[in-house]
Amino acid sequence: MPSNADPMSLAGVHARLQALFPLGDLAPRRAGLAFVDLPATCAPPALSHLRDREGFGHLVLLTAVDWLEEELFQLTYLVCNREARLDLGLRVRIPREPARMESIHDIWPTAATYQRELREMFGIDFPGSPRLDEAFILEDWRDIPPYRRDFDTLRFARENFAERPGRETWDPASHMRQRLYPEANPGMDPSVPGDRS
Amino acid sequence: MGLLTPDRSQYPALRADGSLDIDLSSGKYLKLWQGPQHPGITGNMSLELTVCGDEVVEGKTHVGFLHRGFEKLMERRTFIQCFPIVCRICVPEPDFNEYCYAAAVEELAGIEVPEAAHWIRTLILEMGRINSYLMYLGGQAGALGLGVIGQWTTHARDLMLDRFEELTGARVYHLFILPGGVRDGLPAGFAGRMAETLRELETTLRDVHETLFCNAVFKKRTVGQGVIDPAWLEPYGVTGPNARAAGVPRDVRRDFPYLVYPQLDFAPVTGQDSDIYTRADVRRRDLLLSVDLIRQILARMPRQGPFMAPLPNVLHWRIPPGETYVRGECSRGEYGYYLVTDGSGHPRRVNVRGPSYTHAVALLERMIVHCNIADVAALMVSLHTYPPEIER
Repeated sequence: MPSNADPMSLAGVHARLQALFPLGDLAPRRAGLAFVDLPATCAPPALSHLRDREGFGHLVLLTAVDWLEEELFQLTYLVCNREARLDLGLRVRIPREPARMESIHDIWPTAATYQRELREMFGIDFPGSPRLDEAFILEDWRDIPPYRRDFDTLRFARENFAERPGRETWDPASHMRQRLYPEANPGMDPSVPGDRS
Repeated sequence: MGLLTPDRSQYPALRADGSLDIDLSSGKYLKLWQGPQHPGITGNMSLELTVCGDEVVEGKTHVGFLHRGFEKLMERRTFIQCFPIVCRICVPEPDFNEYCYAAAVEELAGIEVPEAAHWIRTLILEMGRINSYLMYLGGQAGALGLGVIGQWTTHARDLMLDRFEELTGARVYHLFILPGGVRDGLPAGFAGRMAETLRELETTLRDVHETLFCNAVFKKRTVGQGVIDPAWLEPYGVTGPNARAAGVPRDVRRDFPYLVYPQLDFAPVTGQDSDIYTRADVRRRDLLLSVDLIRQILARMPRQGPFMAPLPNVLHWRIPPGETYVRGECSRGEYGYYLVTDGSGHPRRVNVRGPSYTHAVALLERMIVHCNIADVAALMVSLHTYPPEIER
């Protein structure tokens, strides 16, 4: 069915893309920026189509969002058409285990860097991506990938680093409550750091 | 750079997968580490170079020496608590982090920023751009042994830091651009003192032009060297002055207008030759453009009106579910923040898109092949990379 959308708008791009791939609805964020869901297997050909046919030549970023409660990773491919001033974010949801996605380094060579980082920080595999197993930021990392939601930074810090004596950690909400309403806790002097009496 | 030995038989052959067949035990090749402690390196990164004679046959970028897990830390903090973190992602030009993060939060939270705050934000971003370019010019000259230029530009940068201190109360990390606006208006007499600083800056830049850009040694070692092929711009995500020096007028300030840039009179600074010299010259002229923009801002900005929108209690601030991407043109190219919220009091995900992420890894690793060891530092500095925005 022909679309009435402006061919140079995100709606027009979405309509043409939807004729080729099983896309979700367009989720506009603001003028010139929208997100759309699509199946993992469709992402590389859809990105190729966007680059070659729709003028989205700039891969702005590739990153992941960990939806731990849904046992899913969301991969966001944000691509940009500078001439038309359009940004389109392709959202792909993949299972957390095994976390695997097709590489797009053959579409944008610079994607290999993003994929190395995602492999290291989220444990997402991109078979065939160059130097995927080389350390990118971490060296000799033995824990679960640190940017996963179930990686506990506080536990890791306590197990691996010595506590500096005398350091106080203040909860901002209770601290400000005490400063603003000292009569509620008359025993505590908010002007004295660490006074928890 | 560019001095290739005609006989390629002594150089490594390509394997079927495209990698180089380098046999270190043959004695033909040598591994050299440039950095992380090395005068010819920018910031906390290192280059693993494989050389044959004095020619680089393979180079790999190593980062992570300054990794502090900022993006992860922000997932456990309230939206306002993220502010002391974001500015530390880029030391020489921290304000872009504050702006991009604040603008993303404002967009998802539906906050309207007052007009005066837009002008002050633009002023701060241009002041930060000047600081970053001054640091770059000193580094670019220093990479070729011209140490005095760095002393002059450091002096000029110090004058601009005085203006930052006067305006924000801090010299390096300003924490001035908050969601909803900025923390304060301009102090009395600021415009006059800024005008004086800009005049001093222009004098320094004239000296730098005569001493550096007209210098035979600088020209000999930079003209025609380290060329970025315009065909690489899209595949390698090249933005900012690196792209503009290749003749492509790519500037977020004009392409995706934000803040008050649509009300200012300017055109992107471009070059043609795409070599180290042209990139340095584009940045010098872009610096002068920032001087002009600051003069326009100070002449036209509103002197009255609110500079901060009313905010909810930031300690209990929950932002509706959503996601967005906000970008700006920093001194190195496109800087952006991708923010995802889930309705809680903490960001679900913050991803920082720094221009160095593409310039210092994939692009540099491609450009460094066939480079002479002595030119590696100049080439790397010419891409104007800051490692912390790679490893966040």
